[in-house]
Amino acid sequence: MTITEDKSTKIIGTRLLRREDPPLLTGEAKFTNDLNIPGALHLSVLRSPFAHAKIKSIDVSAALKIAGVVAVYTGKDLQSAWAAPMPCAWPVTTDMKNPPHFPLASDKVNYVGDGVAAVLATNETASRDALDAIDVQYEPLKAVVDLEDALSDKNIIHKDLGTNKSYTWPLLVEETPGCVEEAFKKSKYKVKERYVQQRLIPMAMEPRAIAAVPQPFGGDITLYSSTQIPHILKVMSALTLGIPEQQVRVVAPSVGGGFGSKLDVYAEELLCMALARKHNTPVRWVEERTENTQATIQGRGQIQHVELAADENGKITAVRVRIIGDMGAYLQLVTPGVPILGAFLYAGVYDIPKAYDFSCTSVFTNLTPTDAYRGAGRPEATYAIEMAIEALAREMKIDSFELRKRNYIKKEQFPYTAFSGLTYDSGDHLLAAEKAAKMTDLAGVRAQQKKQNVPGATRLLGVGMSSYFEMCGLAPSRVLASLNYSAGGWEAATVRVLPTNKVQVITGTSPHGQGHETSWAMIASEKLGVAPEDVDVLHSDTAISALGLDTYGSRSLPVGGVAIALACDKVIEKAKLIAAHQLECAAEDLQFVGGTFSVKGSPDRALPLAAIAFGAFTAHNLPEGCEPNLEAQVSYDPPNFSWPFGTHMCVVEVDTETGAVKILKYIAVDDCGNQINPLIVEGQVHGGVVQGIAQALFEEAVYDEDGNLKSSNLSEYLVPAASDLPSITTGHTVTPSPTNQLGVKGIGEAGTIGAAPTVITAIIDALSGLGVTTMAMPASPQTVWKTIQEATRGGKK
Amino acid sequence: MKVSITVNGKEHQSDVEPRTLLVHYIREVIGLTGTNVGCDTSSCGACTLHMNGEAVKSCTILAVQADGASVTTIEGLAKDGVMHPMQTAFMENHGLQCGYCTPGMVMAAIGLLNENPKPTEEQVRMGLEGNLCRCTGYHNIVKSVLAAASAK
Repeated sequence: MTITEDKSTKIIGTRLLRREDPPLLTGEAKFTNDLNIPGALHLSVLRSPFAHAKIKSIDVSAALKIAGVVAVYTGKDLQSAWAAPMPCAWPVTTDMKNPPHFPLASDKVNYVGDGVAAVLATNETASRDALDAIDVQYEPLKAVVDLEDALSDKNIIHKDLGTNKSYTWPLLVEETPGCVEEAFKKSKYKVKERYVQQRLIPMAMEPRAIAAVPQPFGGDITLYSSTQIPHILKVMSALTLGIPEQQVRVVAPSVGGGFGSKLDVYAEELLCMALARKHNTPVRWVEERTENTQATIQGRGQIQHVELAADENGKITAVRVRIIGDMGAYLQLVTPGVPILGAFLYAGVYDIPKAYDFSCTSVFTNLTPTDAYRGAGRPEATYAIEMAIEALAREMKIDSFELRKRNYIKKEQFPYTAFSGLTYDSGDHLLAAEKAAKMTDLAGVRAQQKKQNVPGATRLLGVGMSSYFEMCGLAPSRVLASLNYSAGGWEAATVRVLPTNKVQVITGTSPHGQGHETSWAMIASEKLGVAPEDVDVLHSDTAISALGLDTYGSRSLPVGGVAIALACDKVIEKAKLIAAHQLECAAEDLQFVGGTFSVKGSPDRALPLAAIAFGAFTAHNLPEGCEPNLEAQVSYDPPNFSWPFGTHMCVVEVDTETGAVKILKYIAVDDCGNQINPLIVEGQVHGGVVQGIAQALFEEAVYDEDGNLKSSNLSEYLVPAASDLPSITTGHTVTPSPTNQLGVKGIGEAGTIGAAPTVITAIIDALSGLGVTTMAMPASPQTVWKTIQEATRGGKK
Repeated sequence: MKVSITVNGKEHQSDVEPRTLLVHYIREVIGLTGTNVGCDTSSCGACTLHMNGEAVKSCTILAVQADGASVTTIEGLAKDGVMHPMQTAFMENHGLQCGYCTPGMVMAAIGLLNENPKPTEEQVRMGLEGNLCRCTGYHNIVKSVLAAASAK
């Protein structure tokens, strides 16, 4: 018997080093601002120093006299340049209020950083110098900074709307009418909590950069942008500028991180395109960091009221949630949808009855617009339910891990139809949690804690945990339709076998650090039986990858990666017909193993894919009706979200005299189903966890009462450094998703979702002996110290 | 002002404005774009390169201050098509994701090992304090530097 070597399990699951790395490590990679674009004019944007003010006059005459300045435009000058206001693609309710938003403000500014004028100059220095020479007279208005203040409508930002409320989005699921209220009346235990999700600045290391290159006589325009979404940007910029879509090409060169902040259609992109067309010359812009903190979207910004009811055993009987969402001054691309993405996750990983009452009211404030930031709605929801579980455990005087165990959805309940009607694909929460506990040495830590946390001790040990679900892999288009999202959630892939048996994969995903080139090559390699280095992955240029919906929401692998696998299947199907024709057998008699077709039972009658690829190219001997060439294109609409999950634990030591928190140990057990490349998966978890730790301990966009950002640069906004952080211990369980052939789930946001509640619950655990039951984020030494003082003095004074 | 700066072994004579920062000189005058700019407060370290063998943030130095100096940028590390051991260590340990902080991080890491060839994990973390990364959580960066140190 001939044994055909099965190469099909050799690539997926290996720690293949990234092909992206050499160019990035040597300076060869080109980010947008590295591109050499001869003759480009430089754009600079004058930004409002007021959070809320009327523009009384703008005098640009002095700016125009500066050497090198070509033109200066105000909002009024450019009104005719826009075919439509800047896009918001997620009108979550039919009566959602969405004020018109243009790249430059005309009559009124609504946040510090709102664009007021645009300068074009032959060099960057001149364009920036000219900003100081523009004289704008403002009439300052009262700024609306606080969410509850915004909700009161005392001062209305957008007068035409008549209110600061953008929308109220309810989700009431009741087995019988009134059952939520009844559960809260009858259940033995109740907790009512309020949490604040502070605003965060995404702070991708590469500030945004843009270059618009027109071809006035060719009729085209190419936009280079450090964006996560070249495809969406192409459609949206064409609509906003009134340019026929086929004339717009968008390219995302190397992109230095996004985390949601480059998932947007920005004023500067539209300004560069409009002005490039107006001047028939390339226009480029690069963001300064201080500009980035104000002009690029921020994340989070919610006040959460969460109530749980539970029976005498701690089994949750009802969940009630009220959210106030901070939209900022305007609605950006998916701003209103962010809290809604969390709406389905306030029951966390727990088996709850149909007794769920959620409502989110979102308001405008005179602050930078918010939008998706790593996790987008889901870290907020997970934080709330995990903190509320801790509160419930305190109320019941039982261990919170024990309480979680009583409520976890059990392994055998999957696929699990949740209260919301959504189906959780697969999971084993207990397994992940127990693994995390073992890796943490939970029993040992508890024993040490007993020894260490004695009265009078000033270094207190605490252990925290959080179990999470991530609803990701955005998304089944029909579900998105039911949420009023204006686009679909599919992804496209083309797989092409070249005459020499080298492979091109063209994907609609648009990586910016995730290693798609490596992982997608691994998928195609395994499917087609070619070496990974023989697979080229093309992306992020709408002239090459015409169809796609880009990268966000941990979607790239469970949607885009699966699309590649399906396209490979289609290629194999076609190749099989050619092989059958040439081997003179029936297609169903053929097997495809390790890159070779052979007749089942007669391994000598075989044809390698290489021969078929060349044959498909020459087209000399193809079956009747078979088109030349070996390629297939797939648009894949996932049947479900993917539901990665896991449990994180951490051990902290809190210095009660200084309030300093030190993370001694951080354990992340994540389950994203089958892993294509564990090296990359771990990297995603490390980075995600640290962004969650950053929210818990370090970061906050701090505004004063007039709406001025007090943390507007990297010396004031505390992105943690290596010296602030521990190593992360990663573990995993593998529960494949049954909804896709690769059995994969997303992993990009999981770490961030798990981390913040893990750290905060650990701090509270450390301080529980002092009566601390709450901790605001970020838990800076000052905040921790103050909270200890308030608790030990017997309550807030 | 006239400056003479040796960049990656090659001497360049240029006329620069007094306010030109070394990073802008490297990127715009010399045309080497591997050195990145990530902030405007000398906080992020993306622009770290070597001047006379020492790791420096090139946004804190004027081009005129580098007159007569020898500068090595990320482009100058690989020799004969082979990456520097620190670059290799970053690749082998997945010490980079988006790659924007990477050139500065690699230059800082080499500088760190020049001063302390066998650092502990804590010394690596302290030594890289001036370089920010938003993707990796530093875990694999620290691992890369320790690997490079132990390979020496």
